[in-house]
Amino acid sequence: MNRIDQLFKEKHHRVLNVYCTAGYPKLDSIQQVLASLQLRGADIVEIGMPYSDPLADGPVIQQSNMVALENGMSIPVLFEQLKNIRETIELPIILMGYMNPILQFGLEKFCKIAEEVGVDGIILPDLPMYEFETEYQQLFEKHGLRFIFLVTPETSEERIRKIDGLSSGFLYAVSSSSTTGNNKAIEDQEMYFKKLQDMKLKNPILVGFGIKDKSTFQSACQYTNGAIIGSAYIRALEHSMDIDLTTKEFLNAILH
Amino acid sequence: MATVKESQFSVDEHGYYGNFGGAFIPEMLYPNVKQLQEQYLQIMYDPAFQQQFQQLLRDYVGRPTPLYLAERLSKKHGTSIYLKREDLCHTGAHKINNTVGQILLAERLGKKRIIAETGAGQHGVATATVCALKGLECIVYMGEKDIERQAPNVARMKMLGATVVPAVSGSKTLKDATNEAIRDWINNPVDTHYIIGSVVGPHPYPDMVTRFQSVISEEIKKQLLEKTGSELPTHVIACVGGGSNASGAFYHFLDDLSVKLIAVEAAGCGIHSGMSAATTQLGKPGILHGSKSLLMQTEDGQVTEPHSISAGLDYPGIGPLQAHLYASGRGTFMSATDEQALAAGFEISKTEGIIPALETAHAFSVLNDIQFEKEDVVVICLSGRGDKDLATYMKYLK
Repeated sequence: MNRIDQLFKEKHHRVLNVYCTAGYPKLDSIQQVLASLQLRGADIVEIGMPYSDPLADGPVIQQSNMVALENGMSIPVLFEQLKNIRETIELPIILMGYMNPILQFGLEKFCKIAEEVGVDGIILPDLPMYEFETEYQQLFEKHGLRFIFLVTPETSEERIRKIDGLSSGFLYAVSSSSTTGNNKAIEDQEMYFKKLQDMKLKNPILVGFGIKDKSTFQSACQYTNGAIIGSAYIRALEHSMDIDLTTKEFLNAILH
Repeated sequence: MATVKESQFSVDEHGYYGNFGGAFIPEMLYPNVKQLQEQYLQIMYDPAFQQQFQQLLRDYVGRPTPLYLAERLSKKHGTSIYLKREDLCHTGAHKINNTVGQILLAERLGKKRIIAETGAGQHGVATATVCALKGLECIVYMGEKDIERQAPNVARMKMLGATVVPAVSGSKTLKDATNEAIRDWINNPVDTHYIIGSVVGPHPYPDMVTRFQSVISEEIKKQLLEKTGSELPTHVIACVGGGSNASGAFYHFLDDLSVKLIAVEAAGCGIHSGMSAATTQLGKPGILHGSKSLLMQTEDGQVTEPHSISAGLDYPGIGPLQAHLYASGRGTFMSATDEQALAAGFEISKTEGIIPALETAHAFSVLNDIQFEKEDVVVICLSGRGDKDLATYMKYLK
């Protein structure tokens, strides 16, 4: 069974998905980051594939993308690093990125290798529904990859239902209209989260963008199944001398 | 009065020109882009809109711009060369044709805040100008590197009341200014309209900006008919960064297959020097800024940093219509190096008494590479004036 589906079968509340950028802070940090996240209580890990022009991302993740690219990260390098990851990591793994690097790598090849190394889901914020439906959906399904779409506070109810129908794994509810790592108050979004809950959607819902600590995590979890943390963890890693220690302290502060 | 025109080079309902175009945008931008897709043609071709737009083009921008027979240049090349004088538009370049159109559109959409990206600063100035005209807040994103090399335009934008925000990410030029403008739009989806300055971005921007700029070729046709008895030239030549002046100058000739459409890209220090912005020569299909087009990039799909002496051509992509013209063979794509463009800029200044923008100088440069017949009628889109480039020109003045 797909590990994302398995997770949501067993856990419905306070699901914590942590984002990290492949190749950050060091080219080969990913194994250690994944091991620490698994050990210290994360439920899902989202690995960002760095891109020169990450449109939906704020300054923190932009910077991590730039460092990762300078370190030499690329899709082939990442797949090489993930080759034996399933020997030690049981967490569901999601790859997040932008369309262009994947197109150049070859989408079919990308899906095939992602399946082989044990990836469970994909997030591509700049792949719109129309293109997904007409060209790509079958390919992701064929390789057992869940495709996670975003919804925002500005997304109409009708469109949320359509996106929910096309999404699998879970639905990524962007907390406010913004790029990642924003400071907009998540508490103000209660009505929106409640609306999503009341819609009784097919997919579980995780809230992302602006989740940075225990209080924002709890606000997000009140009406949804959990949350996604990205920029705050990247910031913690920036000056880390010991990835496991940093991850332990970071997750403890959020979960306990 | 302008009407909706269909041709084999028109955009389809999903925003594609052949294999290029589309709307590859994150969900955060969907409501704004969808609203534009649904309403832009309806708004643009509404008679009341057209009346207001045409009046502003005439009384504020100064249209029609002259079509001038450049006698000394014609004599040198043994043919007839006409210059479409977009440099005489208010603010000094064709960019204002589009900003006048989009500000009227933004008003009808009820937007209160305008954002824009700019490379050479001409689009930034044109946007700041129409925002001042309409009393709307204006924020212009400009690469840090471009802020340095186009200082006069930065001063103009500030004087017009705009806030100029430096883009400090990536290569600190037009590409990064565009990223920052898109991120601003993501963060301010309700009250803000993004006036894109070129024929790039998600559908409907490439088509919308092309249509606003199509007044250039509409006038060329009328003016040529008066001057030569035929509305069709043999050649239309324009420089291409994203492709806005080229798209406007080509638009009404797209289906007149006898007219050679020549787009001139910036070769920088030479196409294969590693310091170039000649997208059709160096690019592969890819996705940037919301559309699929030709894109300069590494094997891994990372967008590469282009180079051109002219900030307005320093862009790693090209509009999807231009990519389609290239791929289909309808357009002929040539290029000029920094050095060739500078030489052409100095030459036109001395032979015609017109200092062209460095961008436009690229278009003039290829006159030397084409063998013309005596009876040819050549139109060059003189997209902008060179005042903003004086500091650069002076460095090379011998």
